[in-house]
Amino acid sequence: MAVLEVSGLTKSFGGVQAVKGVGFSVEAGELLALVGPNGAGKTTCFNMLNGQIRPDAGDVRLAGVSIAGKSPRRIWRMGVGRTFQITATFGSMTVLENIQMVLLSHHRNIHDLWTRATRRHADAALALLDRVGMASQASRPCGVLAYGDLKRVELAMALAGEPRLLLMDEPTAGMAPAERIDLMALTADLVRERGIAVLFTEHDMDVVFTHADRIIVLNRGELIAEGPPAAVRANPHVQEVYLGSGSMYGHAGGKTP
Amino acid sequence: MMLDSPKTRSRRTVLTHLLRGVAGIALATIMTGIVTEASGGAAAAEPVRIGEINSYTGLPAFTLPYRNGWELAVAEINANGGVLGGRMLEVISRDDGGKPDDAVRVANELVSNEKVDVLAGTFFSHIGLAVSDYALRTKKLFMAAEPLTDAMTWEKGNRYTFRLRPSTYMQAAMLVEQAAALPAKRWATVAPNYEYGQSAVTIFKQLLKEKRPDVEFVAEQWPAQGKIDAGSTVQALAAAEPQAIFNVTFGPDLARLVREGTTRGAFDGVSVVSLLTGEPEYLDPMKGEAPTGWIVTGYPWDQIDTPAHKAFLDAYQAKYGDYPRLGSIVGYTTIKSIAAAIEKAGSTETEAMVDAMKGLKVDSPFAQITYRAIDHQATMGAYVGTIAVKDGKGTMIEWTYADGADYLPADDVVLKRRPQ
Amino acid sequence: MGFYLVQFLGGLAQASSLFLVAAGLSIIFGVTRIVNFAHGSFYMLGAYLAYTLAERMGGAVGFWSAIALAAVATGVVGVVMELLVLRRLYRGPELFQLLATFGVVLIVQDVALLIWGPEDLLGPRAPGLEGVVRILGRPFPKYELLLIALGPIVLGLLWLLFHRTRWGTLVRAATQDREMTAALGINQTWLFTSVLFVGSLLAGLGGALQIPREAVNLHMDINIVVEAFVVVVVGGMGSVGGAFLAAVLIGLIQAFGILVFPQITLVVVFLFMAVVLVVRPHGLMGRQQATARGAGHVPEAPIHASGMMGRVAAVGLLVVLAALPALFGDYALAVLTEMMILALFAASLHFIMGPGGMVSFGHAAYFGLGAYGAGLLVKHLSGGMVAGLVSAPLFAGLGALLFGWFCVRLSGVYLAMLTLAFAQIVWSIAFQWYAVTGGDNGILGVWPDGWASPRWAFYYLSLVLCAGGVLMLRRVIFSPFGYALRAGRDSPLRADAVGIDVRHLQWLAFTVAGAFAGLAGGLYAYSKGSVFPTLMAIPRSVDGLVMVLLGGVQTLTGPLVGAAVFHALNTEMVRYTDHWRLTLGVAIVLLVVIFPQGIVGTLARLPFFRRKEA
Repeated sequence: MAVLEVSGLTKSFGGVQAVKGVGFSVEAGELLALVGPNGAGKTTCFNMLNGQIRPDAGDVRLAGVSIAGKSPRRIWRMGVGRTFQITATFGSMTVLENIQMVLLSHHRNIHDLWTRATRRHADAALALLDRVGMASQASRPCGVLAYGDLKRVELAMALAGEPRLLLMDEPTAGMAPAERIDLMALTADLVRERGIAVLFTEHDMDVVFTHADRIIVLNRGELIAEGPPAAVRANPHVQEVYLGSGSMYGHAGGKTP
Repeated sequence: MMLDSPKTRSRRTVLTHLLRGVAGIALATIMTGIVTEASGGAAAAEPVRIGEINSYTGLPAFTLPYRNGWELAVAEINANGGVLGGRMLEVISRDDGGKPDDAVRVANELVSNEKVDVLAGTFFSHIGLAVSDYALRTKKLFMAAEPLTDAMTWEKGNRYTFRLRPSTYMQAAMLVEQAAALPAKRWATVAPNYEYGQSAVTIFKQLLKEKRPDVEFVAEQWPAQGKIDAGSTVQALAAAEPQAIFNVTFGPDLARLVREGTTRGAFDGVSVVSLLTGEPEYLDPMKGEAPTGWIVTGYPWDQIDTPAHKAFLDAYQAKYGDYPRLGSIVGYTTIKSIAAAIEKAGSTETEAMVDAMKGLKVDSPFAQITYRAIDHQATMGAYVGTIAVKDGKGTMIEWTYADGADYLPADDVVLKRRPQ
Repeated sequence: MGFYLVQFLGGLAQASSLFLVAAGLSIIFGVTRIVNFAHGSFYMLGAYLAYTLAERMGGAVGFWSAIALAAVATGVVGVVMELLVLRRLYRGPELFQLLATFGVVLIVQDVALLIWGPEDLLGPRAPGLEGVVRILGRPFPKYELLLIALGPIVLGLLWLLFHRTRWGTLVRAATQDREMTAALGINQTWLFTSVLFVGSLLAGLGGALQIPREAVNLHMDINIVVEAFVVVVVGGMGSVGGAFLAAVLIGLIQAFGILVFPQITLVVVFLFMAVVLVVRPHGLMGRQQATARGAGHVPEAPIHASGMMGRVAAVGLLVVLAALPALFGDYALAVLTEMMILALFAASLHFIMGPGGMVSFGHAAYFGLGAYGAGLLVKHLSGGMVAGLVSAPLFAGLGALLFGWFCVRLSGVYLAMLTLAFAQIVWSIAFQWYAVTGGDNGILGVWPDGWASPRWAFYYLSLVLCAGGVLMLRRVIFSPFGYALRAGRDSPLRADAVGIDVRHLQWLAFTVAGAFAGLAGGLYAYSKGSVFPTLMAIPRSVDGLVMVLLGGVQTLTGPLVGAAVFHALNTEMVRYTDHWRLTLGVAIVLLVVIFPQGIVGTLARLPFFRRKEA
């Protein structure tokens, strides 16, 4: 069974159909890229998966269980980790504490008013940091980290919830090109060794073609292509949509809004 | 300046205040508490120490003339050799910041550190009650100078608390006498929205109904103290078309009410009886706009020609170059009462002073007053008269002195209200 | 019919006065994010200056020139405050400038008393507008008609200023996104100074225009400032149009409210604000704002459990505190007892302000509820002290549970003002429900049990409960709950995405803080022997804020130090000088300038104290 199965997903805002009957699935250990020109409905689609927007119609199933319309908190508890386009970490905590915080929530410890938080799950947190190459900075305040390092911390935070599915919104936005490759390579390794399914959106087509196992293309709210990178690249419809924008083939670096 | 030398610790120049304030910052730790405490020891010609608390910053318009009053009394008494055959009076004065809990702390400081023999003062009713509760707990005599609430001597009265100024009940009763004589049958009331206003209106209604069963109360307004929306309030009162109004507001609220009401002609053809409005503290700021024809309680300081008052007035004007307000009378008489109680008791021992206070007779600038044994209320009265404007200033005419003793309820009523 | 029309016009006149003051406050907040407590003081200054000038100059020209000059002079005073004090504080923690403006309030109160004396000053009527006009047969003052017209005129002028000048464009840009404006390289200091000028000028104008209506007096500052805040918040922070709408609504509600229910005067404004904020969390015309923390603020450092040194210091302090009764007399012990109680109160406020990220302008409600929890037990059930000290935190905790549910749905200054609204509602209940609470005459005889009656005994009881309370709060801050609370404050988005129900946690935190404030209040009641509504009045809430900010909101020990320093200053000033407000105000302003991150916050940044990054 696919980890994520999306079918007939539809959403309109004030009469404008942002997403029309989109359906796809992601398997364990697979990286699926969701691409499309600006305004194609990527963000809306993404936010319906993570619970920030309730779909008008259609279904989202995580390992066979419907998560459509559930709150972000519930969806996370069911095994969906997230990273944000602009990193969101806990700035007044150390790097290690950030990971511990997620582990505390994951283990449902946050109504504990008595034990010392920093003594909980320290080893597991450190192991995760080690895995993303941030162990050496474990005791630094998150508020002072370089942006690339924050992205790694965020990845570790997403993994700390032991997700079955990872939703990554523009994971390499705002990073230098070399860092992008490293981060995506790391992500690819991690999801494969843990059997996590990944759905990510991305502007940088180099990243997409290098790391995605499959690609789905949205345009004007509709799915117009789906398949392995080579097939999508060759798809005339896709070429037409992207024609002129150049972003499909060139180095579309730093396209953060 | 012999008169000023006795150690009244309150009137200093601004500069000294500032310097001491700066020193206060430097020393602002609890350590200063120890120093003061250590220095509170005994001396040879030991003065009688009076701990005085009032809302000097909270209500300076009333409390500063009040302070002048008690300083004058202290100076006079000490110039005549003090009390108990040579002991000087020393007043240690403190600001209560307008908060009852601060007043309790200050009272504690005065009793524990300054080792005062008597507590005195307070203006606001709730602060007076807080200090009276403290006095009961520590068994110290407390001379409540100005608070008006009836609870002070009745429901929450206690053995150690005595009160000088005529209570809300007494002042309302004085006005009821005048109100009952008016032809008006339709009455409206306007009073600040707190205990003082509430009780004044309740008492006024009850007493007036007793005297004049034919009156009806057609409207009431309860503006928030200090925040009266005068236009709307006046308008709302006028809408009920009363023939007479009973007013309890005072201070800035009163000035606004009067100005709005006068402008709109809301008081034309309407009788107004008004608590405290004849007191210089409230009458003078209105200058030529003082509401003529209002029947008020107050203090026509420039017209009272009894020898006692003349002596007081001359001494006061000589010392301060200013005329006295009602607060000055209250401050003056407070200290005179304490001195009289000490002389009568023959000591500064609290229980002896408390016993001496019961039934104590004191000559005040108004008249002789008695501290009633039954409820510790002084029989000080007030002047009841009509407001007129002379030379661009408000004044009282056709006034009479209403002796407080005549406006207190029968003893059995008092006994029912006061816990024994 | 004529009656209702005139009542309506009266409400509008009142609304215009309110609007002038509120508009200035709103502009200042919108651009600088300063919660300017001194705004009411500027209003009062404007009135006093106009009085003096009008008396000096006389005549119609003199009167109107006096009003204009007073407004401009007040604007200049605002500029002076900005240049001398506020300018140094823009990088301080959220709301830190509030502390400086509080100092200015105290200074202005005493300065006004020194210059103008204690008596109320009734100024001249407006020349040419002394009389009334008849409206449907009812008299209505001409001057009020002028005021009614002035509100929309000023609104229009402000609109032109904002939409037709470059300055106005900058102000609007800064109101919407302060960081963005900073990024665009606009000279912020100049912008802030000019905004302070305009805002203070409006306050001064509002005050000056009152002299034909009321006697200028020393309570004008306090009486206007809270209502001005209510207008600004109901309208939506930074929205001048919203302020106008809110002022009109409030003016009318007051004018007609007293017809239906005359006793409602104390609370009607706050009831209205509570309803508006519950229904519209950003006021009538406000927009969701980028959170007030952010650029300009130094990010809060991670917290650390005390090391060896810290523990030794804490134990040492407790030992010293335990030894003090041997050295000190009753009064010193009483003051120390109060300090410990206030430290617990400040710690409980810090718990929601710091880790919780929720500013409260009404925390005294829970202090007071605790005191009443104890007092009512004594009054109605003759309960003993132990029962009273149990009921205090319960009573306050239940109150916090109820009000917190509404408050945590809001954020920033809106949340703060909703807490204020609830505090005022609770206060007015205590103030007016004579049968149960004793009204403003309070509850007497709330004395400790015999064994705790000596000062030293009560001191030890307070030491145990306050130290215990503070340590428990600290423990909670270091617990998973405390971390989750901070997580929700640092990044609500991320917290939500890792399964943390931020609102729920905030609600619990609010309740916990309320309960501990209630314990402090209960102890305070027994230390004083009496309970009054003043315990939950606005000044008490402000004291709490001052203590937390003075010590350092971004530190854990700051609130304790702040409580001790503030209370010591307060009690000592009163002993040494009549002008304690002036000296206390100057002291606070100096402390704020010397310690721009709060006392502990600033000390902790000194190299000597700084914890090395591991």
